[in-house]
Amino acid sequence: MTLQAQTISNPATIAGPLAIRLRDVTKRFGDNSVLRGIDLDVPAGQFLAIVGKSGCGKSTLLRLLVGLDAQSSGSIDFSDADGRQVAANARIVFQEPRLLPWASVLDNVVVGLGEGVEARQTQRDALAALDEVQLSEKASDWPSVLSGGQRQRVALARALVSKPSLLVLDEPLGALDALTRITMQQLVSRVKQTLGFTAVLVTHDVSEAVHLADRVIVLDQGRIALDLDVTTAHPRKHGDPALAVLERRLLDAILGDS
Amino acid sequence: MTAYDIATDRDAEPRSVKKFGVRLPTIGTERLLPFILPVATLLAWQFLSSIGWISSRIMPAPSAVGVAFIDQLRSGDLLRDMAVSGGRALAGLLVGGSIGLALGIANGIWKLSEQLTDTSLQMLRTIPHLAMIPLVILWFGIGEESKLFLTSLGVLFPVYLNTFHGVRNVDRDLLEMGRVYGMSGLTLFRKVILPGALPSIFVGLRYALGIMWLTLIVSESIAASSGIGHMANEAREFMMTDVVVLSLLIYAALGKLADMIARALERRCLSWNPVYQK
Repeated sequence: MTLQAQTISNPATIAGPLAIRLRDVTKRFGDNSVLRGIDLDVPAGQFLAIVGKSGCGKSTLLRLLVGLDAQSSGSIDFSDADGRQVAANARIVFQEPRLLPWASVLDNVVVGLGEGVEARQTQRDALAALDEVQLSEKASDWPSVLSGGQRQRVALARALVSKPSLLVLDEPLGALDALTRITMQQLVSRVKQTLGFTAVLVTHDVSEAVHLADRVIVLDQGRIALDLDVTTAHPRKHGDPALAVLERRLLDAILGDS
Repeated sequence: MTAYDIATDRDAEPRSVKKFGVRLPTIGTERLLPFILPVATLLAWQFLSSIGWISSRIMPAPSAVGVAFIDQLRSGDLLRDMAVSGGRALAGLLVGGSIGLALGIANGIWKLSEQLTDTSLQMLRTIPHLAMIPLVILWFGIGEESKLFLTSLGVLFPVYLNTFHGVRNVDRDLLEMGRVYGMSGLTLFRKVILPGALPSIFVGLRYALGIMWLTLIVSESIAASSGIGHMANEAREFMMTDVVVLSLLIYAALGKLADMIARALERRCLSWNPVYQK
């Protein structure tokens, strides 16, 4: 099924990671082609990172995946483990936490569950998700008293609470300081291993991409310029020489011809 | 804001006292300080009146106002007039405030509604509503309708403008987040738009309260047979300056009370906002 803008499915219906298939996806804003015929297959459960310079189209691609925009042409399909085509049960973590300042930390996580879930079950699920990001003791606080890293962890809990089959991360760690970023990377890596969803991370940080992802693609002027698998086992260490080699190749691909 | 300012003053005070070597009484100094000027003025006023420097026709002595207050209270007139004025103020606030709130929300959310009504509202807003008194008397006479109409009209515009502004300026990022997380229609309004617009709506409310009293005072003095404004006007005919001054003081007290209620409500509803946290 082709994903239309603004269609968001009921999170309770699907379980298990999704496979994504893009065929000849283009996106134009007026005369400006931002994506030019993207073909991409993401197997279920893969952690894909998309890197590239500003304006390479990576954020546009991500907005198409979660249905915030519609592609100009081409198709985006999602299928479950049995190969059946399904609606995407995607959750997104933005660059900014985007928490409701007038709702408690717990109520912000409850937002991730959507409507129509029984109240007591909702509270329990939200607390469990907060526990996952080690913030259950802040459940009744206002977001305004949290640090930047803590807020982003709440945003992660909000995205994870509905057990999504696809998690999309839009430079979620870009605004954090270096040390907080490393702890957050470990956290994201850990929940990915435990919950096993398909993940798509958009980032400009090549080292973050090779640290977290199973596969990294470089986007350049709306096309896929490089497609690399990262086979190093988890947990990965910062400064691992094998990762450093990959980082070098990716950076060359991004910066090389300019 | 004020609560925060006071807290900072308190923290800062002991140091500044030491610095200048002045030993002020420590209990509640900062609470008493604002009252020194008014109390001194009252004492001077009372003194000048009793030695005959200020004519009681121009300005009654504070004690005379106090006596008038007790007299009016005993006769029951004062409480009746206060209840009448208070009721009018509240009715005007409810009618005008609800219309302003509804229009502000509708125009903030729906483009069509804005295109239909905003220009007309902006045009009506520029007419000073008190200039309509002659017309309003022709329409409604001096009955309750004229007061209700004028107060509602006065209250409508500040509530409308601030609600509209508040709804329009709700964080786009939060709205997008709400949509991605499956909120739509009423849920989006209840969870994102309304709470986001609330600080601005409160600004409108407090501004409207000022206009509400102003309109009521004017319309009660010109065309009324009861209420504080009427009490003052009647007292003028009998040269009872003490009652005139008393009614001014009562207006001040009622205005202050309304503002205090609005502030308390604001602190309660906006407790998530760091500005209102202790």
